Amino acid sequence: MPFKIFDLGVINFQKAEQFQKEVFKAVKNNFLKSALILCQHYPVITLGRQAKKLNIKASGEELKKRGIPLYGIERGGDVTYHGPGQLMVYPILNLTYLRRDIPLFLRMLEELAMQVLSDFGIFSQRRPGLTGVWVGEEKIASIGIAIRNWITYYGLAVNIKKDDLPNFSLIRPCGMDIKMTSLESMLDKNVNIEDVKTILLQEFKDSYEIVYS
Amino acid sequence: MTKVVLPELGEGIDKATVSYWYFQGGEKVNEKDDLVELTTDKATFNLPSPSSGILSEIFFQAGDTVNVGEVLAVIEEAQ
Repeated sequence: MPFKIFDLGVINFQKAEQFQKEVFKAVKNNFLKSALILCQHYPVITLGRQAKKLNIKASGEELKKRGIPLYGIERGGDVTYHGPGQLMVYPILNLTYLRRDIPLFLRMLEELAMQVLSDFGIFSQRRPGLTGVWVGEEKIASIGIAIRNWITYYGLAVNIKKDDLPNFSLIRPCGMDIKMTSLESMLDKNVNIEDVKTILLQEFKDSYEIVYS
Repeated sequence: MTKVVLPELGEGIDKATVSYWYFQGGEKVNEKDDLVELTTDKATFNLPSPSSGILSEIFFQAGDTVNVGEVLAVIEEAQ
């Protein structure tokens, strides 16, 4: 198995970021060939490099009251929200082993999300010119990555639980007036996030193991 | 003299935007040091320095758009 899997459970965003950077170093220095980090975050708003502050609708005071911190980070993209119930998928991969093609990697992350959703019976799609995955008019998975020396970090966020979705109204996700949905909302039933992880790991192995083995 | 060129980034990408330089013009850089961070849709990436020397010229500043194949900067190797 060429992938080291790390399941961090529910973890503070900054701690997970630190962890990613440690794993990144291990991959860069060839101690590890590649890794996949799974986790969920406590509520947090992150600003990618293309973020505009006006895409945060809530006031600083309101965010403070709700205990939601705001971080500027190294990934691409605009503003987004993360919270428990959203499965974060951070592949630390050296694209030199795949192909040095940034859009291709974005499409592969979308494909992974679409495959997992399809295993739950949900038909999802890409949108021309946009990165991410939609079910009908609503967005279900978001992507923002960073690449250093062709090694990736950050990655994919898939909305699984529905309870935390209202927090997206604090922002304009990705700088757009889009409605977010979740796997639970689509299925109209409770989904155990552990089941999603199992399926996602299988799909990930199926897609990447051939290239990496 | 070594030119720092924006490499091929993948199918369908022909440009990127400079986010920031890790060094200023005139500073000494080592081969493989992170030189500049750039962004494309949903991704940030870096260009490492292709050689050791002085970062003598920077042609694109933060916020500028660079086309694939264009020269971003020049490194003058130490004598």
